[in-house]
Amino acid sequence: MDHTAIDVAHMLAGGMVLVSFMLLYQDRMFGLLNVFALHALVLSLSVAWQAYIQNAPHLFITAFIALVLKAIIIPVALHRRVVRLGIHRTIEIIGGVGPTMLFGMGLVALSMVVMLHATATADPLAREDLAFALSVVLLGLLMMVTRRNAVSQIVGFMSLENGLILAATGAKGMPLVVEISVAFSVLVAFIVIGVFLFRIRERFDTVDVEALEEARGERL
Amino acid sequence: MVLILQLIAQGAQMALVLLLAPLLLGFTRKVKARLLRRQGPPVLQPYRDLLRLIRKEVVLANNASWLFRSGPYLIFAATWVAAALIPTFATGLYFSWTADLIAITALLGSARFFLALVGMDVGTAFGGIGSSREMMFASLAEPGMIMIAFTVALLAGSTQLSEVAEFMVTHVTLRVSLGLALVGLIIVALAENARIPVDNPATHLELTMVHEAMVLEYSGRHLAVLELASALKLLLYISLIACIFFPWGLAPFGSGPASHLIGFVSYLGKLTAGGFLLALFETSIAKMRVFRVPDFLGIALMLGLLGMLLLFVSRSF
Repeated sequence: MDHTAIDVAHMLAGGMVLVSFMLLYQDRMFGLLNVFALHALVLSLSVAWQAYIQNAPHLFITAFIALVLKAIIIPVALHRRVVRLGIHRTIEIIGGVGPTMLFGMGLVALSMVVMLHATATADPLAREDLAFALSVVLLGLLMMVTRRNAVSQIVGFMSLENGLILAATGAKGMPLVVEISVAFSVLVAFIVIGVFLFRIRERFDTVDVEALEEARGERL
Repeated sequence: MVLILQLIAQGAQMALVLLLAPLLLGFTRKVKARLLRRQGPPVLQPYRDLLRLIRKEVVLANNASWLFRSGPYLIFAATWVAAALIPTFATGLYFSWTADLIAITALLGSARFFLALVGMDVGTAFGGIGSSREMMFASLAEPGMIMIAFTVALLAGSTQLSEVAEFMVTHVTLRVSLGLALVGLIIVALAENARIPVDNPATHLELTMVHEAMVLEYSGRHLAVLELASALKLLLYISLIACIFFPWGLAPFGSGPASHLIGFVSYLGKLTAGGFLLALFETSIAKMRVFRVPDFLGIALMLGLLGMLLLFVSRSF
């Protein structure tokens, strides 16, 4: 495998980490959904490139699923849902942008150190791709923790799942059946969460999850 | 003889940046106007503005100190020296061995320091606001710039711009860290030159202005020198981005006139592309609120830090 192929793969995986940071930074609803679509687009490009350099045609199907499902269908559906919920206002971020970004940097550093030490004997392509994928997963978790709005928590969850797909394709081989079932489980999760969103709104008149804490009596 | 040729090349470079800077500004303004479907001023208008300002008399405030009068020349000198250090059409020019990317950052930083001082000198409210905002932005833009310099230096093994450019030509590969550094440097360049998402270069009286607020009290030849310095700074940043990330066509050290000509033509091409992209970007984005700018510049700092981090962990990024 020549060096350029690995460089392009790194570039795309690094691009995903960068778009994850954009997700953390973005505080407007529609902007967030657009960035999420970009995240999925970079993911599908990355998977397609892996399919090309690994000579694994089934990965093209994965890339196609990522493109159609996550870059088009889910963002459009979320977009409509946001319009129907009537939440075009700014998202609040707990702790402010700066500390969140710094924390994200720390997570990237952590995943780099952990992955590059743990997989010292693996081939360089998988190694550094895995490190990037772990950072995407951790950044997705961070996003779910820092956001209070339920819709942006969904976006965080979906970006986390994108990181899992990236890890699976970089590690040479996730069976297609697994991939398809993961894709559909995400879709099901999306539908279930969507239903929940409306239930939350009906019950509390907001999609701010702090209202749930108050209802459970955790906050007085 | 060799020394004389080197001095001639260096002198040509210094004259070139000085002559091209207003043209670049005029070209950017023209493209911007055309994109907005306006006719726009002619491309040579900045030269005429400078000539007109030089002929006009200087109006000084009663309480202006010596600093206010000498400030513009200090700012201009620092910016010009910094611009002379950047390989524009050829690498390994005579001055470029005396200072590196960090020294260029320091020169620009001292120019900014004097600009903030003279902004506050007369004691008007606008100047003070402009200076304090400029310093607020600088406190994030400068670390970002240093981080980017470190990222490039870790990769190329040198902070010397000539050596960096030669390394980039010979070892041209797609690197994640270089991509991060490029985006970061573009953000820093937009902020440093007071371009649109950070500051609006086209207005004079607006509450959110930064650069124009500091030079509001200036007139005549002082203003001309300051305008030329800011045009030079724009050229400097575009040249810097071009020589680090797109160093193709640069005449190598000690080459003949033919490759210098190629270098010159490719430099003109890079400047044109840079000015056009800048105008395109400025027309497609709105100015952001002043208190959002630290977030925007924080991204540049973060990108530089991330690039450096990746390079520390593994040199293959």
